[in-house]
Amino acid sequence: MRIALFITCFNDTMFPRTGRAVTTLLERLGHTVEFPPGQTCCGQMHFNTGYRPETLPMVRRFAENFAGYDAVVAPSGSCAGMVRDHHRVVAAQYGDSALAESVEQVVTTVYELSELLIDILGVTDVGAHFPHRVTYHPTCHSLRMLRVGDRPLRLLRAVKGIDLVELAEAESCCGFGGTFALKNADVSNAMLADKMRHVQNTGAQFLCAGDNSCLTHIGGGLSRLRTGVGTMHLAEILASTEGDVR
Amino acid sequence: MTMNGRETVLDAIRGALSGVPGSESPDATPLSHGRRVDHAGPDVVGMFADRAAEYRATVVRVPPADVAEAVGRALARTGARSLVVPPGFPEGLVPEGPWSRLADVPPLSIGQLDEADAVITTVATAIAVTGTVTLDHGPGQGRRVLTLLPDQHICVVRADQIAPDVPEALRLLDPYRPLTLVSGPSATSDIELDRVEGVHGPRTLDIVVVVDA
Amino acid sequence: MSGADNVVWLGTPAFPEAARTALADPQLRANLRRATGTIRDRRLAVAAELEDWEELRERAATIKHHTLRHLDHHLLRLEKAVTAAGGVVHWAADAAEANRIVTRLVEATGESEVVKVKSMATQEIGLNEALADAGIRAYETDLAELIVQLGGDRPSHILVPAIHRNRFEIREIFQREMGEWGAPAPEGLTAEPRDLAEAARLHLRERFLRAKVAVSGANFATADTGTVVVVESEGNGRMCLTLPETLITVMGIEKVLPSFADLDVFLQLLPRSSTGERMNPYTSLWTGVTEGDGPRNFHLVLLDNGRTATLADEVGRQALACIRCSACLNVCPVYERTGGHAYGSVYPGPIGAVLTPQLVGVEHAASLPFASTLCGACYDACPVKINIPEVLVHLRAEAVEAERRDRLFPTPEALVMKALGAVLGSPRRLAAVQRLAAGASRLVARDGRIGALPGPFARWSATRDTPAPARESLRAWWRRTRTPTSEDIRTKAEGK
Repeated sequence: MRIALFITCFNDTMFPRTGRAVTTLLERLGHTVEFPPGQTCCGQMHFNTGYRPETLPMVRRFAENFAGYDAVVAPSGSCAGMVRDHHRVVAAQYGDSALAESVEQVVTTVYELSELLIDILGVTDVGAHFPHRVTYHPTCHSLRMLRVGDRPLRLLRAVKGIDLVELAEAESCCGFGGTFALKNADVSNAMLADKMRHVQNTGAQFLCAGDNSCLTHIGGGLSRLRTGVGTMHLAEILASTEGDVR
Repeated sequence: MTMNGRETVLDAIRGALSGVPGSESPDATPLSHGRRVDHAGPDVVGMFADRAAEYRATVVRVPPADVAEAVGRALARTGARSLVVPPGFPEGLVPEGPWSRLADVPPLSIGQLDEADAVITTVATAIAVTGTVTLDHGPGQGRRVLTLLPDQHICVVRADQIAPDVPEALRLLDPYRPLTLVSGPSATSDIELDRVEGVHGPRTLDIVVVVDA
Repeated sequence: MSGADNVVWLGTPAFPEAARTALADPQLRANLRRATGTIRDRRLAVAAELEDWEELRERAATIKHHTLRHLDHHLLRLEKAVTAAGGVVHWAADAAEANRIVTRLVEATGESEVVKVKSMATQEIGLNEALADAGIRAYETDLAELIVQLGGDRPSHILVPAIHRNRFEIREIFQREMGEWGAPAPEGLTAEPRDLAEAARLHLRERFLRAKVAVSGANFATADTGTVVVVESEGNGRMCLTLPETLITVMGIEKVLPSFADLDVFLQLLPRSSTGERMNPYTSLWTGVTEGDGPRNFHLVLLDNGRTATLADEVGRQALACIRCSACLNVCPVYERTGGHAYGSVYPGPIGAVLTPQLVGVEHAASLPFASTLCGACYDACPVKINIPEVLVHLRAEAVEAERRDRLFPTPEALVMKALGAVLGSPRRLAAVQRLAAGASRLVARDGRIGALPGPFARWSATRDTPAPARESLRAWWRRTRTPTSEDIRTKAEGK
């Protein structure tokens, strides 16, 4: 299958290792991965902060760059959700009918990583090996926008050597919320404190999620407190094989 | 002044809804009545008794011949000294005992009702899944206030009056009568969102379910 | 429109500042956590009991949305049915008009006190204060409203306005204040909820028995029959709806339902969503006046007060479907930590964050649409499927547009967003910024982590380390390792 990688601007800049992991993983499963070089950003930050007209060029750019693939994969629940739920809205409000049509076509090919693996590629055991104690935070947009359900957990359970432990109040928001973390820093911190407490109570070595933005928020707090708990994107665990040194 | 407000509000609504096509029918609400789902299962009476008891009503099931006796036991349990009997309540179901009997003819005063210990009524219908009794304040039930001020309310419910669920019960009710749906004794969740029974309405609710012998 | 009523409380700071105060109150935090935790589990359990729960939600949303699209039609039907049943219908365009109508109706009875059933609509219009100005005293009879009124406090929750108080605080308020009117708190009152409820019963009993006028809200009113519905627990509602001679019901225009039959959906959804009960203890339904039973005079006041402005917004309109169950408050991670006062409105929580700015104009409550992480828990819990996150981001756009209109120069945030938009509008510019960021971060990062960030990001870095941007972005890595060279392309073209 010919799959386009939508890395997202945040991962591109901060976590290219996640993009490399997605590529490694999908190629190991026998698929072709392409990186449309004209890609930039889904526009989520602008859209969710109220800067809608500014989102239009990004929506247009996305539709131009990702048209014509069998599937588009985004290693981010919230960016995939932005594309799938909101690109239509922006196109309808500010674009023309041609844009609306191309957006309509492209958004139906966009998947978050766990959806792509399980629903489209039909694989649960991706042949990964990760002999560490891990706990999983489901992230709100994966859970309630994309409704990925337990797909990431099914993928993780199939990883050899993993010691997957349940996170208490897993479905509660971590408090990131994009610009919420700046605009409502105090509430964000209060939510972060509870999430970190639950993560630490698991005794996990790694906190895993399908979204590096939430992980940057939670991991940033865990790092500041020198908890010794690391963060890993789902793709990175799924890309790991025996012999990888961690 | 009132007419002015009326026209102002209606004009504002019509202005706000200018995007709604005139061809759209206001009355045909799509999907408003759903498929019939069996919420109660086969044992409607059993579910009603269980659910009413869960909300701290005292529920007994008795054959027709034993109703008056069951009512008497409920009154004896609380030590009631006076019993309000609404007009039209079946005479044979009122037990004899150490309580005075208050008929609402002529209408009892608010003070008299406040001092009465108990009231006994029939019901219009009941609802199994929610453990609810429904009053339409017709014969055998009386004015709304009769079941409000006395601290103990005893209801006599015939098994065949129990509807399985809320939709079925609503179909049986006459909207032009005052209606009161009662689910357990009065209660509140206002302190720490935890439910406790016993506030302004009757603090004791007894339900006597009449089943075939 | 703002300031004339209680939709927004004047003087409340913007949400972030108000939240900071609330977050620093350990007692409040513990009270909220306990109460919301209790109710969440109960709601989930009773919702799971109905196998057609999702279908009920869908039907409820459909009925509400369709009714809103023909609101004038259904209100006129309601007016006709209520009038035919012996009631009198009044229309109020705003809070001031509603208050005038109710005040005049009470004055006409010659009474100087009223008993009240808990009602968001009368909270919203500041009816108690308006009545007080006319020398009429309003007594709240709902337990939580009583706690708020006795404590000289403000409501912090739609269903349980005193949720911010625990049992010990409530006992203290009762002991201190109940003696001022009505029966005082009993000697040796404990903090057991049962005893506190008993104290409220004793305190209000005399008030109910002598009341001649009651004021209520309405949960629903059905247009075909003219039936009004009040859903309650304590029996204070029944007292107010039954004992007085005159009943005045103030109802938002959005509460109308087309038919009595529609109640089956809502009477299944509301109690399970609000108190987590299969059915609340008492539901009263009445149609006009009934000879020999209950009030002899019934007035229904239909209230707009910003609702038609909300109705005009095709996205925001869905907020009018709200049945005031509070499920969204109880599941909201933000509400759970701040409580309701931080929202500065009688409508707090997620629904308040979408309703309040629409009722008063977004510029008067501009911080509220941002008081959410958009986690979506509210949408999942809403029994009438109001897409609260959708309305929140819609209102954020309106708040930003209002800023743009009102300011001569753009806000710093707008400038940053514009600059970011320019960077993200071109892969070339993005790549350049990525190189710049990676280079600059090497100067400040230690062990790959940045401790302190400048400007507005200081609020972020106060509690979090930030990873340094990667030395090589993914696009740079791809170009370096994967982009075919001209040699590769020629080889491929030659079919080797």
